[in-house]
Amino acid sequence: MAIKEILKTSNLQKSFSGIIAAEDINISVKEGEIIGIIGANGAGKTVFVNMITGYLKPTSGTIEFNGSDITGIKPREATHIGVCRSFQVSQVFMSMTVKQNLMIAMSLAKKSGSQLLNPIDDENLSKECDKILKQYNIITQKDLIVSTLSQGMRKLLDIAMAVVGEPKILLLDEPTSGVSVEEKFGIMDIVISALKKSGTTVLFVEHDMEIVERYVDRVMAFYQGQIICDAPPKQALKDKKVIQYVLG
Amino acid sequence: MFKGILKEQTIQVGIGFVFIVVLLGTFILPEWMSNNFMYGLSRGLAVLGLMILWRTNLVSFGHALYYGFGAYAVAMAQKYLGVTDVFLRIIIAIAAAGLLGFVLGFILRRYREIFFAMLSLAFSMVLYGLLAKAEFLGSTDGMSISPSTMFGFELGRFGLFYFIGFVVILSLIFAHAYLRSSLGHLTTAIMDNEIRVEYLGYSVEKAIHIKYVISACLAGGAGGLMAAALGQVDPDSMVLWSVSGELVFVTIMAGLGNILAPFVGAIFFEFIRTYAYEFAPQAWQMIIGGTLLAIIFFLPGGLWSLFQKINPFKKEKK
Ligand SMILES: Nc1ncnc2c1ncn2[C@@H]1O[C@H](COP(=O)(O)OP(=O)(O)OP(=O)(O)O)[C@@H](O)[C@H]1O
Ligand SMILES: [Mg+2]
Repeated sequence: MAIKEILKTSNLQKSFSGIIAAEDINISVKEGEIIGIIGANGAGKTVFVNMITGYLKPTSGTIEFNGSDITGIKPREATHIGVCRSFQVSQVFMSMTVKQNLMIAMSLAKKSGSQLLNPIDDENLSKECDKILKQYNIITQKDLIVSTLSQGMRKLLDIAMAVVGEPKILLLDEPTSGVSVEEKFGIMDIVISALKKSGTTVLFVEHDMEIVERYVDRVMAFYQGQIICDAPPKQALKDKKVIQYVLG
Repeated sequence: MFKGILKEQTIQVGIGFVFIVVLLGTFILPEWMSNNFMYGLSRGLAVLGLMILWRTNLVSFGHALYYGFGAYAVAMAQKYLGVTDVFLRIIIAIAAAGLLGFVLGFILRRYREIFFAMLSLAFSMVLYGLLAKAEFLGSTDGMSISPSTMFGFELGRFGLFYFIGFVVILSLIFAHAYLRSSLGHLTTAIMDNEIRVEYLGYSVEKAIHIKYVISACLAGGAGGLMAAALGQVDPDSMVLWSVSGELVFVTIMAGLGNILAPFVGAIFFEFIRTYAYEFAPQAWQMIIGGTLLAIIFFLPGGLWSLFQKINPFKKEKK
């Protein structure tokens, strides 16, 4: 059986009052693929993630998810169909504790309608929440207010909050930025192995090429809003253009 | 939704508080003091409504819209349907205000901050204008409200006081159940980060709309109870912008710390107003303003933070 195509874009373009931030983006992603998105600062990586997840509306072009057109959907609609994300600058609830953050994410993912009127601190959910916090190695911080946490921990929480929504495809914008070098691999091991197990398709933006080499099946290199290379990591990291415009 | 709620400390303390207030008001205190307790309890409902909105950083400068609408709904039900039953009165007041909140909510849920605050004010001024012109509702003189009945019997002042206590307890239970729920927790979440809430798959506007209707219902209930307690409705004391201002004032004074705070604050406010008016009829507004300044400077968490400082567990006393 041929592996299903889960995400496809055609001639995706985005401009901000004349400045082109994305142009001619044509990609095809298969179910279960792990893809690394690389590119220098301002190359258009975040704009790309924002378009797929409904934060920005493309100026032109289309996005297809599982065969249906999702161009210009709203963020929460993206979440509902299984397109989830984390953020370059963590978007968490700063005045709440780590656990409250994750509990909110979990209850919104698992409950609906009048179930949302039940107390948030339901025992099963709470246990499951602790398990995930343990898995992400932030269990000892669970009662701390998020604004007191380090960047790296917020990042982990941000990712965990996206993952509990059981996405079909997950876009992570620089999951390891702000995380110490020693912690980086640990985090990615946790995240990627969990997502592989569930068969989730992952696209993540990354500046660290060691991480890219180690975890991805395929690399997409961005330069000035365009994809200049789309190939397996070994090949991509040797590509002349990539060396010149991304790594150089 | 209400599972185990009577075991929660907030509710137990709340019920105890209402019992004490009602007993003091009906058996011990002189009438003027007792009135302050009764009005404070009633208006505390509207303050509770404001507090629930406030926890999402939404301040309504026009909540007298719902307060007055609830009160006038009681007046109209009396005039046209002959309704004097106290249960029907409160239900009508809450339903009318809730319905209005539901309709206007479609507009308000799109606004934040000062726009939200001022838009509510604008709507309340429209209602004031309409009521002041409406001859069939007594225009600026308003209408008198006949004594409330229950199952056909006249309720009397004490009876009404008990009923108000009963409504307040129900509201505390409801508000607490809401705030401890997943939906209620979105309150703070939305204040912290709307984008994240959307990406968790919930509509921020919808969450705000629900909250707004709850808040309108509470304010409408307060108006309905006050109409019954005062035996009178009129635009100046029910819908004027200064009434909205007072509600905001009490919310700040009370603090957002606990659902009981609005009632403590509202009763406290009735007393300051009475005393200020008695001792300085020319300058009572100044005294009230001074109180607010003192609270903002010295007790930014409101009166409630005082109880927490003194004793975190025993919160019954006023
Ligand atoms: N909302 C916006 N309005 C105007 N220009 C924007 C906006 N968002 C992004 N841009 C521009 O689009 C280009 C691509 O930005 P983008 O944030 O996608 O870069 P990036 O590849 O994610 O870079 P970094 O590695 O620094 O995160 C930049 O030139 C940026 O200034
Ligand atoms: Mg970026």
